[in-house]
Amino acid sequence: MAKRKFMLPSIAGAIATVAAIPAHAAWDLLNMPRGVTVLSREIYGMHMIMLWICLAIAVVTFGAMIVAMIRFRKSKGAVADTKLLHNARLEAAWTIVPTLILIGMAIPSVEKLIKIEDTTGSELTIKVTGYQWQWHYEYLGTGVSFFSRLSRESDLARQRASGIDPSTVDHYLLEVDHPLVVPTGAKIRLLLTANDVIHAWWVPEFGMKRDAIPGFINEMWISVDEDQPGTYRGQCAELCGADHGFMPIVVVAKPKAEFQAWLAEQEAAQL
Amino acid sequence: MSTAQGMQAAGHGEHHGGRPQGLARWFTTTNHKDIGTMYLVFSLAMFLIGGVMALAIRAELFQPGLQLVDPTLFNQLTTMHALVMVFGAVMPATVGLANWMIPLQIGAADMALPRMNLFSFWLLFVAFLLLLSTLALPGGPPAAGWTLYPPLVLQSGSAFPAAIFAIHLMGASSIMGAINVIVTIVNMRAPGMTLLKMPLFCWAWLITAYLLIAVMPVFAGGVTMLLTDYFFATSFFNAAGGGDPVLFQHVFWFFGHPEVYIMILPAFGIVSEVIPTFSRKPIFGYEAMVYAIASIAFLSFIVWAHHMFTVGMPLAGQLFFSLSTMLIAVPTGVKIFNWTATMWRGSISFEPPMLFALAFLFLFTIGGFSGLMLAIVPADLQYHDTYFVVAHFHYVLVPGAVFGILAAVYYWLPKWTGHLYDMRLAKWHFWLTAIFVNVLFFPQHFLGLAGMPRRIPDYATQFADWNMISSVGAFGFGLAQLLFVWLIVKCARGGERASAGVWDWPHGLEWTVPSPAPYHTFEKAPEHK
Repeated sequence: MAKRKFMLPSIAGAIATVAAIPAHAAWDLLNMPRGVTVLSREIYGMHMIMLWICLAIAVVTFGAMIVAMIRFRKSKGAVADTKLLHNARLEAAWTIVPTLILIGMAIPSVEKLIKIEDTTGSELTIKVTGYQWQWHYEYLGTGVSFFSRLSRESDLARQRASGIDPSTVDHYLLEVDHPLVVPTGAKIRLLLTANDVIHAWWVPEFGMKRDAIPGFINEMWISVDEDQPGTYRGQCAELCGADHGFMPIVVVAKPKAEFQAWLAEQEAAQL
Repeated sequence: MSTAQGMQAAGHGEHHGGRPQGLARWFTTTNHKDIGTMYLVFSLAMFLIGGVMALAIRAELFQPGLQLVDPTLFNQLTTMHALVMVFGAVMPATVGLANWMIPLQIGAADMALPRMNLFSFWLLFVAFLLLLSTLALPGGPPAAGWTLYPPLVLQSGSAFPAAIFAIHLMGASSIMGAINVIVTIVNMRAPGMTLLKMPLFCWAWLITAYLLIAVMPVFAGGVTMLLTDYFFATSFFNAAGGGDPVLFQHVFWFFGHPEVYIMILPAFGIVSEVIPTFSRKPIFGYEAMVYAIASIAFLSFIVWAHHMFTVGMPLAGQLFFSLSTMLIAVPTGVKIFNWTATMWRGSISFEPPMLFALAFLFLFTIGGFSGLMLAIVPADLQYHDTYFVVAHFHYVLVPGAVFGILAAVYYWLPKWTGHLYDMRLAKWHFWLTAIFVNVLFFPQHFLGLAGMPRRIPDYATQFADWNMISSVGAFGFGLAQLLFVWLIVKCARGGERASAGVWDWPHGLEWTVPSPAPYHTFEKAPEHK
């Protein structure tokens, strides 16, 4: 009797959930990308370690909760054992075991972090400056620098009630006029700062983000795999005002020779 | 019989207590029950206002492209939604519960400082009039997020000082509320109730109160520095003037991290009351539960910069804040395991308070897992400022803090009104809320991992599907709360009379007084064994 009362609303909720799922959902977009850099794979690996450990702990703890809820129901005649008040050995165990698991997590995390922080030995340094609402890139020591902002097509479509369907725009909100170009297979150091407010430079395929803060120069490094030339997209990740959602980052990774040719061309054009 | 006693006692109170009638009662009352009721009603109103803001946000995010709001209004909505929910809905709800229940649980006649109690409520009310008035003032509400990071926040319009002053008033109100809780608990416990015999809700609130006193002044100081940077050209946070924009983040999160425990610890206390009652068995590991809350509170002071792993801290700093944050999982785990052990060999029934407590147990734990993942710096460099973080903190705040509060309301409502509520309606409310909260927030984990930043009004088309599902969940969740409002109105108006004990296995002093609790209770301190 009481059970049936539970059933009705839960079924209604389940139907609402299923009905809410669109016909052609992008189901592959469920997890962090493995990425295309040395660091992104390490970071993805760390994420997956954490995910599996958490899932394993969830199975055990949720399992115990579910067993308790099923086995010790009053409606099945369960009688409370009011003398079960504590158990020193058990309590020590569920303090010590989690501590050990945490140590197990911390070790790879620290290793990877040390690697992330090591920006030495880079072949190329690019200074990245955040502006409201565009990025400026400067290839240090070459005289090449340029601004990079949302492409005109996306900018028109994103105006309120523009009447343009975003799905008709190529890479809606993730396209720029002048992408950053980097060589593959080289350690590149990025120096990040900002001109006005705090921004954050983030390309998910590169594994990490870093804040660009006025008055500060932050560092991060990327090294795109040699066999992964291509176009990689990201966005500003720190709220920076009205058009925070409209300052994308596009990076084109080219093989070293092509990159050198591109750079020479830019230098010639900027002279 | 107990009901007759209750009515007698209530009549007695009205006669001798000189309770003013009508509207004046609410402006002049110093009764902890009246003030508790005002806090709770205020909190419910703010929950609905903050909820409407959230629905406006989710409506805009229903599909790509800007349809309903401009980017600036969107940022104002996210900022105000957070401020209203944190300072207007969750915190006042727990203060309301503290006002109602702490004196009843420790056998005190009232709160220790009743006039200050009334003052702190009306101060909060004025603070929110001021904060919400920015919606109509030139310049509009703050749009830099509830974290108020400079230099962006210094670009706010001319209504900025109204918002800052509102925060000052909220802080003052919270500090007064906290002092009141501490003085009451320390001095007014019934004879025989030593600290380690005190109900866990009181313990949780006692520790919360210390957190409040420690961090609200820090926040007030931080926002005051914003104000002087804004008006008097000081350069605390202005790099061009020799200041440091990151300093604000340290100050903010030194407040902000304990603040999240200020919201969740009272919920821990509530769940520690509810699970034993409906398992018909005392809490497992009482002392461990107390020490766990205390450890969490201590750790909450030394983890703040885990909100800032992308600002460019030195390696040693990142390691310290990462490891200290991971440590929080230990006492939190102890609590989760002890709640489970409380149910073990119990005699469990599933009344509405228990349903919400159980949903809390499962869903808060999910929020705990994502919190642990966020503590791992390398992974956090991806998660930071994405929808993964939005999913994480909504899991700990909605099915965490809010479900805790809902469990408390369903647990004590018969004690407050003297009526049993509509069980069928309550179960509908529970199931719709519990299902839609997951439809709303679970997909946000996927959005964040797939690369969607938080606080954006429009997004690339590959994020469309999960955003649509999340928005459907939001509207389902929002509409389900109307059932809750209707249930409370119905219960306040009438219903089956509740006995003093209300539940099958009542434990604690609050169940020894009649339902509704008479206007004056424990005028003579009860004996506690």
